[in-house]
Amino acid sequence: MDLARFSQTFFEECSEHLADIERILLGLDVHRPDGEELNALFRSAHTIKGSAGIFGFDDMTVVTHLLESLLDRIRGGELLLSPAMIDLFLQAKDTIAMQLGWHRDGKPVNQQAVEEVCSSLQQLAEQDLSSSPALGASSDGENSAAGRAGIYEIDFVPDLDLFLRGARMDYLFDELAQLGTFTAQAEVAELPAIEEFDPEECHTRWRLQLLASCMEREIRDVFEFVADEGQLQVRKLDSTDGSKFTALPVVPPLQPAGEALPFGRRAYDRNEAAPGAFGRRGSETESSIRVGVAKVDQLINQVGELVITQAMLRQMGDALDPVHFENLHRGLQQLERNTRDLQQSVMSIRLVPISIVFNRFPRLVRELAAKLGKQVELKLVGETTELDKGLVEKIADPLTHLVRNALDHALEVPEIRTAAGKAPTGTVTLQASQAGGRVVIDVIDDGAGLNREKILLKAAERGIAAVDTMTDDEVWQLIFAPGFSTAEAVTDISGRGVGMDVVQKNVQSLGGRVAIKSERGRGTTVTISLPLTLAILDGLSVGVGEERLIVPINAIIESFQPTDDNLRTVNSREVVHVRGEYIPILHLHRIFNLNGAVTDPRKGILMVIEVEGEKGAILVDSLQDELQIVIKSMEDNYRKVEGTSGATILGDGRVALILDVGALMQQAKMGRVTTGVGPDRKEARVYAG
Amino acid sequence: MGKIIMTADDSASVRQMVSFTLKQNGYEVVEAVDGKDALQKLGGQKVDMLITDLNMPNLDGIGLIKGARALPSCKFIPIVMLTTESQDSKKQEGKAAGATGWIVKPFKPEQLMAVVKKVLG
Repeated sequence: MDLARFSQTFFEECSEHLADIERILLGLDVHRPDGEELNALFRSAHTIKGSAGIFGFDDMTVVTHLLESLLDRIRGGELLLSPAMIDLFLQAKDTIAMQLGWHRDGKPVNQQAVEEVCSSLQQLAEQDLSSSPALGASSDGENSAAGRAGIYEIDFVPDLDLFLRGARMDYLFDELAQLGTFTAQAEVAELPAIEEFDPEECHTRWRLQLLASCMEREIRDVFEFVADEGQLQVRKLDSTDGSKFTALPVVPPLQPAGEALPFGRRAYDRNEAAPGAFGRRGSETESSIRVGVAKVDQLINQVGELVITQAMLRQMGDALDPVHFENLHRGLQQLERNTRDLQQSVMSIRLVPISIVFNRFPRLVRELAAKLGKQVELKLVGETTELDKGLVEKIADPLTHLVRNALDHALEVPEIRTAAGKAPTGTVTLQASQAGGRVVIDVIDDGAGLNREKILLKAAERGIAAVDTMTDDEVWQLIFAPGFSTAEAVTDISGRGVGMDVVQKNVQSLGGRVAIKSERGRGTTVTISLPLTLAILDGLSVGVGEERLIVPINAIIESFQPTDDNLRTVNSREVVHVRGEYIPILHLHRIFNLNGAVTDPRKGILMVIEVEGEKGAILVDSLQDELQIVIKSMEDNYRKVEGTSGATILGDGRVALILDVGALMQQAKMGRVTTGVGPDRKEARVYAG
Repeated sequence: MGKIIMTADDSASVRQMVSFTLKQNGYEVVEAVDGKDALQKLGGQKVDMLITDLNMPNLDGIGLIKGARALPSCKFIPIVMLTTESQDSKKQEGKAAGATGWIVKPFKPEQLMAVVKKVLG
């Protein structure tokens, strides 16, 4: 039978057990381990081993077996837990994970590491137990020559509780009958007095003669479950002439030999009529089911199409007289509500708690801190915050990077911390929360903070435009510049910088942003904010020339029509003055090269948007409609268009680009330096790669 | 009507494999995720056989066997436990608790069916 179909389940299950193992190991009190946790640990290892064996991943079985037997002895109190063991067990867990990776994704396995772990485990096992049970010792020592036809005399004295253990002699005889022809003689042993007699006990002994060409072993196998040592005697009689065979009175076999009847058709199977035998398909109450991500994505996609269809219907309905078509309108409204509910339910399937990512950090921090000789406490806050599964997987690497940076570069060694009047143990906090339509993840350390002078110096060395008058926030932005830092450069800076540009790029590719706050001597906070999901967006559609664009609603602050008094030019940039604030104006028609758009802010509408505390005012012709849109990838269908985060299909079937307001703001900032935008510059800014 | 076999195992993959094999061979299958779940389900419906893992959370296999044997409907049904070679003592413990037989892990579908036929006819 093909077992590959279950492999996926096994892989998922195995990963879960491995994660459990790690979590328990890290949380275990070495000196007074909790019995329940030790049991859970053992169970996880045990399950992996059992399943791996069934699915033929024997390499995994070997490591898990060693791990399991050690854990078994520990939970039995035979072996005392030590910190070194925890480390070794963690290594073993990694090894198993590596093997799992090989079976699942074809990732290479470091065979040497596997062997090392195995031998370490083995050593540990042998250390204080000389007679460790040999692995897989086979018990078939006896291997008598394949039997020619012969007569076996079998004496079987069953336990009194034979029937109470659910064993049945008739099945046993069926099995014997498949080996050959036999006769059976039952003999009642001495019975207790009638008042003590228990009818459910077995007081019968059996003497059987079997004419068969089989090995003694096969006969013993038949009795495997019912006879212990000494309860079964099997003798092979010398003669095969059959004369002795008929010596016993012949008992007609209960069932013609060698002819198997279909299941459930036995004459004595009366279960069918037993009470409770019907309606037996009881409802399975599973707390969760596993579904392939592809299926969920398909569902989301289909719901997306439904939303578009619904928007289309609504638009068509709007054109109809509300009085004549009152019922239709009501139906359409209901459809809209239902579609939205459905969409939310479907989207929530993909949401998973961020603890999936956070859980890897206790281990990382523990090991890194030990390596660096620093004392670090890791705090996890808001682990239950949910976000899209796709995001969870992709955010892991950038987060790991940030945590590493915090430990490696930001936190000081205990002596320096003490000298600076801080607690010797540094703290790294991972904090997740949901704010509006976004998930915000903070990586906070109480280390030395970023060093402004050194960053400026480094920027100058690298030829990155920087001036001393820049604000702190602008200086921090420098470390995101590509090529700002390499590994060597960073060790000079008491801050961070290892591949921050990569972190930013990764986060941006998820529709997220990175921000840094830092205070000298007090620590640094890196904030990643991500969209809750990748597939859906509440947006406002705006008209610019012939085109319609979508602005994400969570970025919009306000919209207004400016007057001459509001409009200024500062540093040759157009700005709008709103309640004491000067906000730069972004001309969408220039950025996307759109014809026929309003170019004079006084004739159009300015929409103030805010991203990560920065504001901009985009100039649009008109505000049109608030809608929930389904994001379609531009890369998949066309190519990446800078300044957009995708496209959607509107109710009337037109395609509208979705503005990536964060990217727009950044372009606008860069635009100040590189292009010096003139008031009526008409040529296209080419963004498309 | 096919016979009903319950499989109790906290490992979904083993459970699925057992369940699939049994269904292929014409049995109906009731799945339980641990001993407690199994015992609860046994209380509500009659099964013809029970296949249980030994190491399970909430209620382990031995506990399940004892609990099942105490139910009138399960008093004489075959109960087979899944063990590993490292658990020889468990076999005795299981027998004492009322297990009919055992299957040593890892096992192949054919081995499973051989045991089912052995104890369920």
